[in-house]
Amino acid sequence: MANAKSLDSGITLIKSIREFATKRAILLVLIVLVLLTGVFQPNFLSWDNLINVLMITSVYVIIAFGEGPILLTKGVDLSAGRTVGLTACVAASMLQRADYESRIFTNFPFMPLFVPILIAIVVGLVVGIINGSIVAFLKVPPFITTLGTMVIAYGAVSLYVDRPPHGASPIGGLRDDFTNIANGAIPISGTVRFPYIVIIALVVFLLMWVLLTRTRLGKNIYAIGANPDAAIVSGVNVNRTLIIVYILAGALYGLAGALQAARQGSATNNLGFTWELDAIAACVIGGVSTTGGIGTVGGMLTGVLMLTFMNNALVFLNVSPYWQNIFKGIIIVSAVAVDIRKYLRKR
Amino acid sequence: MAAKDYILEMKGISKSFPGVQALDSVSINVRPGSVHALMGENGAGKSTLMKCLFGIYSPDQGEILIDGKKVSFGSARDALNYGLSMIHQELLPILYRSVMENLWLGRFPLYNFGPLKFVNHAKMFKDTQALFQELKMDIDPTTWVINLSVSKIQSIEIAKAVSHKSRIIIMDEPTSSLTENEVDHLFEIIRKLRNEGVAIIYISHRMEEILKIADEVSIMRDGRLVGTYPAKDLTTDIIINRMVGRDMNNRFPRKENVPGDVVLKVKDFTSPDPKSFKNVSFDLRKGEILGVSGLVGAQRTELMEAIFGLRPVISGSIWLHGKERRMRDSTEAISEKIALVTEDRRTTGIFQILSVYDNILAANWKSYIRRFLLDLKQGESEVKKSIDALRIKTPSSRTLIQNLSGGNQQKTIISRWLLMDPEILILDEPTRGIDVGAKYEIYTIIADLAKRGKSIIMISSEMPEILGMSDRIMVMCEGRMTGILEGKKTDQEEIMRLATQFM
Repeated sequence: MANAKSLDSGITLIKSIREFATKRAILLVLIVLVLLTGVFQPNFLSWDNLINVLMITSVYVIIAFGEGPILLTKGVDLSAGRTVGLTACVAASMLQRADYESRIFTNFPFMPLFVPILIAIVVGLVVGIINGSIVAFLKVPPFITTLGTMVIAYGAVSLYVDRPPHGASPIGGLRDDFTNIANGAIPISGTVRFPYIVIIALVVFLLMWVLLTRTRLGKNIYAIGANPDAAIVSGVNVNRTLIIVYILAGALYGLAGALQAARQGSATNNLGFTWELDAIAACVIGGVSTTGGIGTVGGMLTGVLMLTFMNNALVFLNVSPYWQNIFKGIIIVSAVAVDIRKYLRKR
Repeated sequence: MAAKDYILEMKGISKSFPGVQALDSVSINVRPGSVHALMGENGAGKSTLMKCLFGIYSPDQGEILIDGKKVSFGSARDALNYGLSMIHQELLPILYRSVMENLWLGRFPLYNFGPLKFVNHAKMFKDTQALFQELKMDIDPTTWVINLSVSKIQSIEIAKAVSHKSRIIIMDEPTSSLTENEVDHLFEIIRKLRNEGVAIIYISHRMEEILKIADEVSIMRDGRLVGTYPAKDLTTDIIINRMVGRDMNNRFPRKENVPGDVVLKVKDFTSPDPKSFKNVSFDLRKGEILGVSGLVGAQRTELMEAIFGLRPVISGSIWLHGKERRMRDSTEAISEKIALVTEDRRTTGIFQILSVYDNILAANWKSYIRRFLLDLKQGESEVKKSIDALRIKTPSSRTLIQNLSGGNQQKTIISRWLLMDPEILILDEPTRGIDVGAKYEIYTIIADLAKRGKSIIMISSEMPEILGMSDRIMVMCEGRMTGILEGKKTDQEEIMRLATQFM
């Protein structure tokens, strides 16, 4: 009897492990990847390097949190990267040091830090309003809409940084209080520090998690992605929800743009080029379905971590950057191929 | 010689689905060079029989013979090769391609260029033209299908069947979207084909047409064949009688509701679409079950969707408790405590990839907001109550709804609407695709809601359901209301007569 019982519980244990493995396959792969690299390159697991990866992740994850909910509504946002570039330049142009030689605005007054950052967020938000309104009211497919605004955003940022006769030049000489947001850290003990930017990303993560799981807006986002027609019948205001999702995304790109400018200490009109593809890749690696309605905030975070850790690990293992791209492509496709199993089986 | 008498013989075809005997030993024989009409109420088993013929379903029993030889088809293509074509009620053309490409799709004429093969457009054009000439059809082979009227698209389907040299052509409600002239032209083509020895199985509800065109009529009821009769021996009354003549068992729960004051008044509702509902007016009382009967295409669904704010109207008003109300979208209808369980569960009802929990709460999140955030625990306890109350069979509230049976999915959607405590519940074909046991449970729920003072509008194409459940019955035909009957005083024949009034 006792034997049968323990056998039973053994089987249930194996079953639940297997279930966990299919459900959290990506997370497991990520952990294995991190540990394996650590075995070959112990430095990889040092506090400094882990924090470094988290800092790189922070900006990307904020972009992914904009892109993810759009994917959940069956949409896609190709303008994400260019919007980040636009807002980065906007923020940077207002936060150049007074003594810096080639300022964009030569007599720009000193502003409290939060004002330019807020302006960057508003600029992103405006892009979001445009995207959302076109998608919701003109019914232009999101792919086309954001393809258009992507190109427009690039044109706009190039015009913005174009200063004849010098042409488009990088916006450098950023104020220290600004760059400190992205590079500064709270000292914990000795050399162990916890960066502000990671804290910002964590706050955004928490807010997004609450938004998607604990608010009506979040529930409506999933409903629209799962079945837009049923959502309409259930009294969901589909157009309003869509516009809010794009606005939210735009605002997050604005925040990401400001943070990226601060991290780099400069911004160019080419900043953010193809980052939307990384964001989409991260989301789908994290289990967000491009056909809508499936995906979690935790998954989006896992996807971004997966990509940044993989890049970092390959650097540590001295793999050439060309190979890194090849690995990245393989990971994207195989992650989705694995992830989609859990939905296929139930058919 | 027996093979010469009949081109197609279906012998003792039986098919059952979980809980339903869809076909019970049906035998139909079709002669070459004749028009054989197949009639029956919605759900009598006509489509199931045709699907068995085409190999879409495999029958549990029985056999199909063509020219006296036993056949069984694995696909529509197999059937085509045997000279069997079907013209479906819902046409699925490729809209943004030319007529001729639609016609020859999958069998384009080719010419060789060395080892390569190219589509021979010139031959395709010539063949199409010749075919249209033969059938007296006036269609440009190169125009895009999107530019054509529904009747022309249907003509293409017929031409396609002819081009396949089909000897048996099945037409499912071919005239449902045709004007009178177009019907005449269709009949001309049908007669021409018949004279050339083609057998035509003609499925329709329209008595007049059947009596005009058919040689023989087979009538089905509840999955059984009532009989096959020469058309000249039939009249509309005889057909209706044979289509509906059945006894009613105890298939419905006892009703204890007492209709009260008028809750909803709909006046003069007219759709902007001239083919849809016009000048419909009716009342609904508190605690009443109002059945809405009619044939497919009577525009019942469209009318209800308009009342619920999902479709525009060009005239008409809605009065709730004596006050005029405007419903511009579903949100407004919901805030007036009107609920709609739609006809097509899959496309407008369930969220397949979401859980039972999310499906039940989908229209009700508003009531669970506590200081901006959703009170998920309270939601959970309401969901548990719903699952118990309607006896939804699900492993847990977190199970995806797509893993539930049709009946349980339907109960989930009804729960969604009951949670908002509606005064008026519109149910569009609430038992479609649900097995018999679950049907009874749904009837019990409906009867109980009416007893508790909810007003219910129930669209149904099943006669016994309408008669067994309704206090009053509104009958529609081609977008117009043709009568309101007392549920206890009427019978199937009266309803059927009103439902076919303009046909």
